[in-house]
Amino acid sequence: MDFNDTPEEAAFRAEARAWLAANAQEYVEPPPQAWTEPQLVAKSRDWLGRKAAAGFATITWSKEIGGRGGTAMEEVIFRQEEAKYTVPHGAFITIGVGMTCPGIRKHGTPEQYQRFAPKTLTGEYIWCQLFSEPGAGSDLAGISTRAVRQGDNWVVNGQKVWNSWAHHADWGILLARTDPSAPKHRGLTFFVVDMKTPGIEARPIVQISGRTDFNQTFLQDVVIPDSCRIGKVGEGWAVAMTILMNERIGAERDGLIVSLVARALANRRGDNTRVLDSTDVRTRLARMYADEQGVKYFGYRLLTSLSRGEPPPPSVALIKLVQANQMQQANGYMMDLDDFGGLFEGPDRPHQDVTLFEYTFGAGLRIAGGADEVLRNQLAERVLGMPQELRVDKDVPFDQIPR
Amino acid sequence: MNFDLSDEQKMLKGEVARLLAEQAPYKHLRELITAGADWDRSLWLTMAGMGFLGAAIPEAYGGQGLGEVELCVLAEEFGRAVAPIPFFSSICLAAEAIQLAGSEAQKTRWLPALAAGEVVGCFAHNEGRGAAGDRLEATVSQGRVSGVKWPVSDAGVAGLAVVVAKDGGRTVLGLVDLAKADVARSRLTGFDQLRPHYRLEFADAPFEALAEADAEPTLSALYDRAAARIAFEQIGGAEACLWMARDYAMERRTFGRVLASYQAVKHNLANILVYCELARSNAYLAAWTLEGNPGRFPVAAATARISATKAYEIAARENLQTHGGIGYTWDANCHFHYRRARLLALNIGREEIWADRLIDGLLKTEAALAA
Repeated sequence: MDFNDTPEEAAFRAEARAWLAANAQEYVEPPPQAWTEPQLVAKSRDWLGRKAAAGFATITWSKEIGGRGGTAMEEVIFRQEEAKYTVPHGAFITIGVGMTCPGIRKHGTPEQYQRFAPKTLTGEYIWCQLFSEPGAGSDLAGISTRAVRQGDNWVVNGQKVWNSWAHHADWGILLARTDPSAPKHRGLTFFVVDMKTPGIEARPIVQISGRTDFNQTFLQDVVIPDSCRIGKVGEGWAVAMTILMNERIGAERDGLIVSLVARALANRRGDNTRVLDSTDVRTRLARMYADEQGVKYFGYRLLTSLSRGEPPPPSVALIKLVQANQMQQANGYMMDLDDFGGLFEGPDRPHQDVTLFEYTFGAGLRIAGGADEVLRNQLAERVLGMPQELRVDKDVPFDQIPR
Repeated sequence: MNFDLSDEQKMLKGEVARLLAEQAPYKHLRELITAGADWDRSLWLTMAGMGFLGAAIPEAYGGQGLGEVELCVLAEEFGRAVAPIPFFSSICLAAEAIQLAGSEAQKTRWLPALAAGEVVGCFAHNEGRGAAGDRLEATVSQGRVSGVKWPVSDAGVAGLAVVVAKDGGRTVLGLVDLAKADVARSRLTGFDQLRPHYRLEFADAPFEALAEADAEPTLSALYDRAAARIAFEQIGGAEACLWMARDYAMERRTFGRVLASYQAVKHNLANILVYCELARSNAYLAAWTLEGNPGRFPVAAATARISATKAYEIAARENLQTHGGIGYTWDANCHFHYRRARLLALNIGREEIWADRLIDGLLKTEAALAA
């Protein structure tokens, strides 16, 4: 076991640090006020473009496709160093760079890759995901949006939902049904779609946090040229799986529980004892710290296998499961530490808005990108080898499934 | 970065697991309990013969001179098998205390015998109910110790006791040669049937202090190290429970399908898998900091202990639950872990004590918490 950087890793870290010090000065401190959506979009495009120009946007990709030809560890090292700054990085960047580009690379043509990837890497194109529907969430293969072939085009009708940043995106990745008579996984086809195409309307959804960064998207007679189809007709499920498999590993989150300890240290009871002097408080904080550190170092164990060139093991699913629950639990406890007053922002609590936001965001995170229940199924089935859930609609033609 | 066991450590793990599966299957554990045995002496000598007991003892004192991680790997496998040997008492506490604080003469006298398994060591700190150190009435005077210590693990087969006592106002740590001293030992009726515990009554027993004057820092280091080793032992036990439950659920049929196909069962075991993986990750950090970053070790050890205790307790309970009625029987294997999980949760102090150590450690080491 060795946590220290190898000489090569240390050299890379020094290079990344120096570059960040020279290029990320404006992001050293968190912004005094949260960026507006248009600000975040503009800043994220610019920051991605700067990283791409310096070869830090897609470190592990080969040089001929716009990468640096670096290792997975270098990617992680850069991310660790970058995380010391408050850089602008909207979810749309991950959808474009981390998910769409690898998907097109694997399932699309070289021409398609050349058409989309360079502009994605420079921040010119930002992307949204048009997958989930009101009637298909965890059961993604149950989508109903139809794409019908007409000559060299496809005509798409349907409704998508939870489309983060669709109202700002230049392009979308779209999963649609092209053969309703086939069983549900087999009748799907994958497309990229210009979000300015007539017939697309993204309506922001007001979330419980008050934010409006995701949408329901209506598609009415949207014409998509066949050149925007990624992969073969009827093989959209495989493309979607490739894209969803590109989970971020090593997005470690550290320091939340220490900030809770700091709060308990600062707060006093009526008798002037510290809140942290309570055995109950200490025990609860220690348990949460153990979970936080456990998932962090679990990530390090995954990195170790990644750095050996092994694919991520199926236990990777536990990272989001633990982190989302912890976000909810720890931020709830942060409020407890201030008692009734913990529910309020105020001059004495400049960052309480973050606590209040994260407590609500944690609820969403437990659902997004694989709900807790789906992830537990995955762990039981893929790690422990337990039987799959009964799938009564698996081999039934989609148009004969009761809906 | 390389946050994994080395190939050699994995081989060691496989080797000890194979030996334990051959020589100490659950059936054998049942026989030992029925016979009222203190231990499995021949298994102990096998482990000694393989060099496992002296894994982390320097070669100069008859050991293998391997690292801390090797000792942790062994602890994990002993935990998985609920191995009926006094490894923890003799190696992780007694030999460790001598290595931490003993004089050259004491190391030369005792470590080779402990590594060879010829002498078993035990560690006598607690004095009745409550945590170690809550009460310390054993007293040293003019090289002799008097007092009553209980519970003391594995004291029935021990030839050496490492004893904590008061000498004037100071806490001292010293050795009592049980072969020479007249120490009354009586076996306690305890919850864990496979690791016997004793009450030891010292009456003017010859006491040889370990070199260091004030024993408190040594004790603190000893407990941190013990926490890291027990965390591995707990993780081994927790994983044994997880896979025992999983295997049973894959076989057992109910309402026309295997038990493992029910989502309630799947999710229960998935949660245990998560606890095990978190605990293992924390335990790896503890093992690594012990060698590579001692300043961070105390917090890492407490963190590993809290994680691993939770993993083992929940795994032991839910393993029995998954088995249904059969899990409640003597013939099933759930009870070994059900009892052992409680022992390991308490034998170096309950959760609150380690939460205290963890928080105090954070206050000392985290820049964000500096006053």
